[in-house]
Amino acid sequence: MTLSQQLLTIALCAAATLLTRFLPFWLFSSGRPVPEPVHYLGRALPPAIFGMLLVYCLRNVELFSGSHGIPEAAALLVTAGLHLWKRQTLLSVAGGTLCYVLLVQYVFV
Amino acid sequence: MQNTKSPRLAALKAAVPCTLPVLTGYLVLGLAYGIYARSMGLAVWCAPLMALVVYGGSLEFVAVSLLVSPFAPAAAFFMALLIQARHLFYGLAMLERYRTPGLRRSYQIFALTDETFSVVYSAQPPAGVDEGWFRFFISLLDHGYWVGSAALGSVLGAALPFDTTGIDFVMTALFTVIFLEQSRTRGQKVSALAGLGVSAACLALFGPDSFLLPAMAGILIALLALRGKIEPKGGAEE
Repeated sequence: MTLSQQLLTIALCAAATLLTRFLPFWLFSSGRPVPEPVHYLGRALPPAIFGMLLVYCLRNVELFSGSHGIPEAAALLVTAGLHLWKRQTLLSVAGGTLCYVLLVQYVFV
Repeated sequence: MQNTKSPRLAALKAAVPCTLPVLTGYLVLGLAYGIYARSMGLAVWCAPLMALVVYGGSLEFVAVSLLVSPFAPAAAFFMALLIQARHLFYGLAMLERYRTPGLRRSYQIFALTDETFSVVYSAQPPAGVDEGWFRFFISLLDHGYWVGSAALGSVLGAALPFDTTGIDFVMTALFTVIFLEQSRTRGQKVSALAGLGVSAACLALFGPDSFLLPAMAGILIALLALRGKIEPKGGAEE
């Protein structure tokens, strides 16, 4: 990506964010009712989108070559295990990342 | 009352303790974000600039990988819209509290992240402290913590005395945790699995560089089709 393409990408991310943050105030500050499907998507979207983002993070993992996705799978299990056990976001993120760093630097070199 | 002399200072003093939990979280994640951005080869200004103008953690992490991929403006915009879609509902919840128009309100709407929302939605200012300035300073402090931590991480990222290979997993780990937090009820689990399944299918079909747009369209269709399973009997499940 060139510098101007990078700046444009950042600007698009900023514009989309502003849109989601300001839209409710533009549309509904006059007390107009919020349409039902909008409410529904607001409740239903977040889990699905974070599922999509997980797939996005793992999109380049090669299951049939290299380390076969073993470091990723192990670090995912550590992250999820820590989180279901302690429910401390920062602990789970740090533990999972540390596990992955150690695996790719010392085990699956 | 002492506060009438300087309502802004009083509001700032009242806001600081409310933001300390956010400071802890933003400091750790912001440092990791800055270091991650540098480890992916981005310039030192990238992470703090995005922290300043985008100001949304999940999207900023994704944007780092977008910035080191081939230019794809449409995918970037729609990805940003969907990742940030939940902010629509923070806005709806704050309609009453953010009533008075003006620059200060515009800034507070811009700065309404997950963490800031959770504080301004629940925190009550002490008696005699101006509510508007109180919420404004909470927003401003949180934004400052995030930009500062990202800048610090970005500067440190190039000078770390150890090998940062593998630190990019911080994004995967963060999204794993949010994913688990977002899928606790039965309906949320259906939605979460739909998101995983549709995205994995699109990844297999379209490949890693072009699966995002079809995945986003597929997720919207799947959520509308699965409404009976996600929210049975029309009752909203919280």
